[in-house]
Formats: sequence, C-alpha cells, structure tokens
Amino acid sequence: MLRDKYATEIDALLARFPQRKSAVLHLMHLAQSEYGYLSEEAMREVADIVGVDATHVLSLAGFYSLFYEEPVGRYVLEVCNDLACALRGADEFVDMASRKLDIPVEGTTNDGLFTLKTVMCLGGCDRAPMLQCNLKFYENLDESKFEALIAELRAKAAADPEPSVVERIIGYVAQVS
Amino acid sequence: MAHVLLRHRDIEDLHKLDVYRRNGGYDGLKKALGMTRAEVIDVVKASNLRGRGGAGFPTGLKWSFIPKNAPETYVLINTDESETGTFKDRELIERNPHQVIEGALIAAYAVNSRLVFNYIRGEYMDAAWAFEEALRECREAGIVGRGIMGSDVDIEFYTHFGAGAYICGEETALIESLAGNLGQPWSKPPFPAVEGLYRKPTVVNNTETLANVPGILVNGPDWFKSTGTEDSPGNKIVCISGHVTTPGNYEVPLGTTYRELLAMAGGMKDGKAFKAILPSGGSGPIITEDALDAACSYDGLTPFRSVMGSASVIVMDETTDMVWAALKMIHFFRHESCGKCTPCREGTFWMEKVLHRIYDGHGTEADIKLLESVANNMTGKCLCALGEFATSPVLSSIRHFLPEYKAKVSTAAQQAARESVPVAMVGR
Repeated sequence: MLRDKYATEIDALLARFPQRKSAVLHLMHLAQSEYGYLSEEAMREVADIVGVDATHVLSLAGFYSLFYEEPVGRYVLEVCNDLACALRGADEFVDMASRKLDIPVEGTTNDGLFTLKTVMCLGGCDRAPMLQCNLKFYENLDESKFEALIAELRAKAAADPEPSVVERIIGYVAQVS
Repeated sequence: MAHVLLRHRDIEDLHKLDVYRRNGGYDGLKKALGMTRAEVIDVVKASNLRGRGGAGFPTGLKWSFIPKNAPETYVLINTDESETGTFKDRELIERNPHQVIEGALIAAYAVNSRLVFNYIRGEYMDAAWAFEEALRECREAGIVGRGIMGSDVDIEFYTHFGAGAYICGEETALIESLAGNLGQPWSKPPFPAVEGLYRKPTVVNNTETLANVPGILVNGPDWFKSTGTEDSPGNKIVCISGHVTTPGNYEVPLGTTYRELLAMAGGMKDGKAFKAILPSGGSGPIITEDALDAACSYDGLTPFRSVMGSASVIVMDETTDMVWAALKMIHFFRHESCGKCTPCREGTFWMEKVLHRIYDGHGTEADIKLLESVANNMTGKCLCALGEFATSPVLSSIRHFLPEYKAKVSTAAQQAARESVPVAMVGR
C-alpha cells in the first residue's frame, strides 16, 4: 500500500496544499510508477488518501494523457509525431521503431518490456525525432541511436528488476519536509 | 547581443544560486522588498511588460486587479507549455531557474501572496529537477520560506505537476487542475484575480513573463523599453522548429522580422525553398512569403490576419503538403479539446474526419465548404480560445493553399461518375 510504504512523503505532499485534493495528480503519478499502471485498486488507494470519490480519480485518469488505465510495458516509448517533429522525420521514425520492436503503435512486446505510443508535442521540437520513455526525454534520435537505447533498456531491465521512476517522483516530495 | 532571458548562454553555471547571485541575482527581489507593494506594481506597469504566453495582457495591470488587503492570494507560474512547437519555458526552468523564481517572488510580494506554485507539465519531470534543485537552494539560503531575505515577508514555493493536457495552459483550466479537478476552463467572469485557486484572488503568469521581472526592478522600466517596439517592448524567446538548418530557441528584441528569424536559424534546411510558417504553434493562422518582413510582435502580423502568440515559429518548405499539415494540427486539437464546449468537442472531431477524407483522396469539393462551415460554427461559441485556435490552421491553409485542397478532391461530377460506375457494372 502506498500509504504505508511512503507515509512520510505523502504527509509532506499533503501538507503543501491548502486543500488536500490538490495532491491528487501527484499521487496518481506515484501510484502509476509504483504499480506500472493505474489499476482500479490503485485509483481507490489514491482516492482514499486524498478523500475524494474513486470515480473522480477515474475521470482524471481518462482526462490526462500521461496516465494508463491498462497494463503497459515496463518502458513506454512515447514518440512525438506532432507537426513540428513530423517535419523532421518523426512519422518515419515511428514506422522504424514499430518495425524494430515488431509491434504496432499502441502495442506491447511479448516480453512485456516495451510499449510504443505516439503522443502530442513534448517540447523537444528542435531535437526531433525524440521520444519520452518513463518521463525521461531521448532526443536527436535516429535508427542507430534507437537501437542503442533499446539495448540499453533491455540490459537495465535484466540487471535491475525494480522500476526507477518511483524514486524520481518520491524525490520531489521528499525534498520538502 | 547579450541575453536578458537566456542569460545562462552567456554565464556558465547560472542555474547555481551562488553564480546567479554573483551576477546580480535576487537584487531585483531585494529592491522590491524595500518598496511598497503598490510601487512594485507601478514599476512593472510602467515597463509595459506584456504576457509572453501568447495573449499579451499587461502584467502590471493583471497584478493590480488583485484586491488590496485580500487575506489569501496565490501566484501560479504557468509552465504547462504544451503548444505544438514551443520549448522556451523548458529551457528557462532547466537552465535559468533562479530568474523565474525571483520574478515569481517579486510577483508574490506585489500581490501579497504567501504561496507560489509552479505548474509544470508532467512531461517535463526531468527538466523540473533543475527547478526543484534551485528551490532547495533558495530555501537553504532564506530566499524562499519564512522571512525571505531577512524581511518579515513569508513566501512558500512548490513545483506542481500536470499529467498531459494542453488545455491546462489556459489559466482557469490550470487553476482547476491544480485544485485536483479536470482541467476544464470556466466562463469568465469571475476572473482569477477575483476568484481563482480555491476561489481566492490568483495571479497566473507565464514562465517567460516572470523571467523579465527581475531586470525591470533592477534597471527600471525605461531600460526594459529600450528594446522591442513601443507596443511590444522587451525581448522575446522565439522557438524555431521545422525545416530550418538550426532549430532552437532564439532571444530577440520584439519587432524582429520573420525573415531575420529565418536567417538566425540558418535559413531553410537543405537549401529548399520556403513555403509557409505557423507563427504561434498551431494556434495562429499560417503566414506565407508576403508576411516575412512583418515584425514578430503583438500586432506585427495583424495585417496578415495572424498573431505572434507564444512565438513558436514552425517553418515549412516547398515539399510540405499543406492538407497534411492542417490534418496534423486538427488531430492535435481534437485530441486536446477538453470536451466541455460542444462546438469545440464536436467541431474538432468532424474537422479531423473530413480532413482525413480529403487527405486520403476520398473527399469532394463540398468537403472544403463543409470544413469552413464547421470552423465558422465554432468561432465565438466556446468558453476558451482552444475552439478558436483549432479553426485557424484549417481556415488559413484553405485561404492560402486552396489549389492543394482542390487537387485532392474530386468535383461533384467526378464523384457522381465514380459512384455510378459500380452500379453500371452490376447492371452488366
């Protein structure tokens, strides 16, 4: 349970806001990083901590594009193929990534490691093609850099069974106490 | 030219507090704390600093709307930056975070706020580390927290994350999102200065706007007005992307022409010919060759029926299919429409469908009229500007590049002929 595992951090987070409901997105980020996606139980947990109805958390999960309501791969590769990036080859990059991973867009590899998605502008237009993987940016990409990234992530997954995003999200909360 | 906003490009390690302070950092805040709140607002008013998020509202005036003696007020920094082709605020929070913090603290002092939030889009979580680190330094040094810089003023300051929603850049949607609700705009009034976050008076300023404030306090309004134009004083960060040789952020005096901007970005990539620019990301009408000598300023593009907006200049060369470009943009707006207003929710949905049909070669001439009709039924009928913005790439691409649309659609007669063929075949 998030409440038990991150008690100090969650208390610090709630203390930031005049109204605790404001902490909801932050806690959803935390829950998703901890569980890999926002399951019904995860959303209930967040709702209980913030003191809102679980359906409210569900509506937020549908509204904000960084939240996943279905299980995804351990590494979610979100390529921006919005206009500015597409002018610099993002659509071709998506096709290449799809071929290399042997999955369609929105698909997940059989080993459960990678999900490929296309997303709206990420603010990396001058360094396209670029992608976001678990909230980290990889920019100025091409085919060989993409292959290197996939190899690096595969090696990381083999060496470290725990996801790393949690630490970064908790890091923010922990700085203020 | 020395940078005023992208100063980190001239001064190494400016993101560190000691380096920032050695270079005049927090002198503006110190000066402000020695003035009355009203005096601070007057200085910013006199500078005629206007909002850099795109709308261009005078910053000092916005601050002056906060009721005096309100017991609780908030300052929110808008780092939601999700406009297609925009990446200026990202560079500021990553590389020059203290200048943003200082500007926000001056704003908070001016409107008597004890709590500042920087609303950063969730996708910038990595970039936001730099900002968080700068805040940590400030807390340690007594610049943020209780009794800032030895005064009796308390200001607390936090980063806050969005989770992927373009609409949260709209100030009332941002406030709703920060309150833990769906990021959907509300109908103004009430204006945030009267009823904002938790229904308390609230200032929402763009990141780049606030980065201008410390310099204005230190050097005075006349210094600020010495660059730019009379109506658009100061410098602006322009994000140049697309078919140019060296895309990136460029800090220029407002009033710089689009032709000059193109040259700064190394000209057209691979020596191709220029075709068009989307000057404010997806949110402003397309401009063409005839507008290249217009000024990048708040009213410079008015004669060309377009706007500077956030100055996100997406450049397209001769190879660009303008129906494809319009489709990309309407896809963006359809995805980002918050769904609250029917004309925007339905209009963007149908415009994408129709544009898709045209792009795939299944459209007819009537579809072009249909696009215009849907767009004209959206404008002026939505709570926020997204519904207006969504129509502009489509309408302006039809205005400038109608032959490209016509080449993709069949005439009514051709359509009739095509439809009649299978029937005739069956008849045989």
